[in-house]
Amino acid sequence: MKITRKDFLRLSGLGLLALAGKKAVRAVGERSFASSSPPKKRVRWGMAIDLQKCRQKDGCDRCIKACHSTHNVPQFADRAHEIKWIWKEPFKNVFPAAQTGYTREFFGELPVLLLCNHCDDPPCQDVCPVDATWKRDNGVVTIDFHRCIGCRYCMAACPYGARSFNWQDPRAAIAMVNPDFPTRTRGVVEKCNFCEERLARGQGPACAESCEEKAIVSGDLEKPDSEVRQVLRSRFAVQRKPELGTGPSVYYIV
Amino acid sequence: MSDRPLILAGLTLFVGLVTTPIWHGALDRKTALTAPPIKLPAQEKQCVAPTSYMRSSHMRLLEDWRNEAVRDGQRQFVAFNGKTYDKNPTRTCVTACHTDRKEFCGRCHDYAGVSDPDCWNCHNDSHQASRSAP
Repeated sequence: MKITRKDFLRLSGLGLLALAGKKAVRAVGERSFASSSPPKKRVRWGMAIDLQKCRQKDGCDRCIKACHSTHNVPQFADRAHEIKWIWKEPFKNVFPAAQTGYTREFFGELPVLLLCNHCDDPPCQDVCPVDATWKRDNGVVTIDFHRCIGCRYCMAACPYGARSFNWQDPRAAIAMVNPDFPTRTRGVVEKCNFCEERLARGQGPACAESCEEKAIVSGDLEKPDSEVRQVLRSRFAVQRKPELGTGPSVYYIV
Repeated sequence: MSDRPLILAGLTLFVGLVTTPIWHGALDRKTALTAPPIKLPAQEKQCVAPTSYMRSSHMRLLEDWRNEAVRDGQRQFVAFNGKTYDKNPTRTCVTACHTDRKEFCGRCHDYAGVSDPDCWNCHNDSHQASRSAP
């Protein structure tokens, strides 16, 4: 069979048309499928800490104690070995840029409660070479202690100093072990986990629950009518180092 | 020809050395071909999976539990018989059933020459659990 130049052009043109038609049909089909499934609802756990309420009782450390006993946080006398989940630092160190010479007179030495900020875009996750730390679907930044190799990149990456390394076996430094939470082992990094194990059981963070002054309010930052969003709407709140773009989920009502 | 005794002695020594694992195992009373006696849980009769599966693949089950609970947040395990368990080595395995893990896990691991797993460096066993119980 002999094919003329005209027939050849006609056939290849038809073939191209058919191919384009198939692609178009598929694209339309995919779009209609995508729009039929509802968009996944985002959850992002966050916290608002009312510093005024927090310092109502002088030297109160109920939340710190509650956290430490819940999560078997060891207490080392040597600060070089300190394991920090939730702790206090003077205002002037926490918000160095947010003060004038006059505010420093009053605020400078006041204690501010610190914990992992559970960033929206956590730098610790980006640097972890083994995927041992990552942001969960609910916005909580977690560590998989099984997978952590103890390289401490995350500690260098965290702009908030929220991570600690176990230089020695922590078990010896735990006064009372809570059997429901694993202790850690030498050579892993740890930090606040936003009571992720309690959230899974429908409870709130231990620090927030233990606070009698209700200085800590936790909830879903993505939900407009959540308690934390209501607090953040009605009061002026700041984040730590927002200029870094990490998107901290812990807000401070000054 | 005069080297024959020397060669024979050397051969015997060689064969003896090469077969050390066999005759050492036979002479040593500690290693027997029968499974070591392990302490079974007093109250509970059924594990989270059939015994044969647990015997061969408990490590895989525990690893799956670990990955699913830690990475995916799936903390409940539905067993073959429809019962639901927490994927929790402390509560589900060691405080409820195998209260003396040295007598259960340890004996088999010793027998099989498997080093003691490092789970319990972090996860609390019944010892820690009972120590801190009020």
